[in-house]
Amino acid sequence: MKKNYDIIIIGGGPAGLAAAISAYDNGVKDVLILEREKCLGGILNQCIHNGFGLSRFKESLTGPEYAERFIDGVVDRNIEYLTETTVLSISDDKKVTAINSDEGIFTVEGKAVVLSMGCRERSRGALNVAGTRPAGVYSAGTAQKYVNILGYMPGRSVVILGSGDIGLIMARRMTLEGAKVHAVCEIMPHSSGLKRNIVQCLDDFDIPLYLNHTITNIEGKDRVTGVTISQVDENKKPIKGTEKHFDCDTVLFSVGLIPENELSKTAGVELSMKTKGAVVDETRETSVDGIFACGNVLQVHDLVDFVSEEAEIAGKYAAEYVLFGKKDKDTINTNCGKNVSYVLPQKVNKSSKENVKLFFRVQNVIKDATITVTCNGQTVLSKKKKICVPGEMETALLLANKINELNGDITVTVEGN
Amino acid sequence: MRELTCVECPMGCKITVKTVDGKYEFSGYSCPRGKMYAENEVVDPKRVVTSTVKLVGGGVLPVKTDKPISKKDMFKVMEVINSLTATAPVKTGDVIKSDVYGANIISARTIK
Repeated sequence: MKKNYDIIIIGGGPAGLAAAISAYDNGVKDVLILEREKCLGGILNQCIHNGFGLSRFKESLTGPEYAERFIDGVVDRNIEYLTETTVLSISDDKKVTAINSDEGIFTVEGKAVVLSMGCRERSRGALNVAGTRPAGVYSAGTAQKYVNILGYMPGRSVVILGSGDIGLIMARRMTLEGAKVHAVCEIMPHSSGLKRNIVQCLDDFDIPLYLNHTITNIEGKDRVTGVTISQVDENKKPIKGTEKHFDCDTVLFSVGLIPENELSKTAGVELSMKTKGAVVDETRETSVDGIFACGNVLQVHDLVDFVSEEAEIAGKYAAEYVLFGKKDKDTINTNCGKNVSYVLPQKVNKSSKENVKLFFRVQNVIKDATITVTCNGQTVLSKKKKICVPGEMETALLLANKINELNGDITVTVEGN
Repeated sequence: MRELTCVECPMGCKITVKTVDGKYEFSGYSCPRGKMYAENEVVDPKRVVTSTVKLVGGGVLPVKTDKPISKKDMFKVMEVINSLTATAPVKTGDVIKSDVYGANIISARTIK
């Protein structure tokens, strides 16, 4: 097989597909996508519920339908891809070592590399939940794969820990397939999932959501036989005497997603403690020349529409890097002000010819919010929003002419009335 | 009296529904979209159902109703879906079964 490509894309999910199409449409045709699974599309293939594409296509698609539009885009352009191919490492000079059953271990070299490996679920082990180690404990996404791809039910009587969207979606999915979902426990005082999912996945089926609750014991020898849940105090410590017991055969964990950056580390890419993804500028270029990042490996998104948008930026600038070479950079930093947990991109080039959309999240629910971007005490941008919630990403658009005038770092702040 | 959570935006207004002289009265919404949402939810709430059907020869095919169906019919629609099979090749949008509680069950994926 060919050993050199203009752009190599790591991962053929929504981010990788959109980045490939964007790179192609911006003038670089010699693109290779490397995908670990049997088919392109990534996690969308198992997300058979609808609600995807509302902002991009103005219609409510299922995951496979959304993926198909981009897979068709890749196939129509004859962009090369390899499936069932796992990337083992990436060097800082953009040599990608991968393995599959046709080639064995092989190395391909790119002039640019786009990281689009997605994220993975936080597991039971990361939470130290007490109890035995029986079968029947799954991450929500694993259960989703069993039901929606492999076609069998992982259990009949379920308790879910965490109110992340995948957990809520699986509460509905397993209920529709005949399982009994007894409860969803959320340690925080508010749900981390979208409102729409609370109503349509829990309320529609009278599934109780226990806020300020966590699982304090998992029981069973070979298979889960039950769980105990407890209320927690303001320090998240279980309160004695509040225990409730449920008989069940299955426990699902939906307790957060972590960008999968093992490969980014092999390339020496600088990571952010806040996002757990790469530190990037507005072109989505990482700290390593010619290596770009986008999608959930960069920041965990709630809407795939935003993933596609971000990947198109990465693909476009990866193409520019290949066509015009390395650019001189003169960047300012984007900092978190009050109530803001992260801002992305972390750096913005002062000479940017294009508007830059800042993505950020708030730390808690803020009503009648005022979002401001300041530079040396001067307000660069200010806008109002009725409500900001941690579960939904916020954006602020910096105009190119404003960016060109910046004389220092900027800070994003959100304050309630 | 019933309480609904509006899903039109992240505000998630709690809307209270009361029946006065056989008519519905709504309070707690903060915009016209909220009122319309509550009216639909009270009169005839509708949902798109998504699921999978068995593929002959192995695997499953994701399917959905091509329009929202009455919420009360969701489990009946599921019963029909679970009795269906599909055979490749099949394209996104192909009708797997027509006229199921007022909607068609269509394929949500292309399998060659």
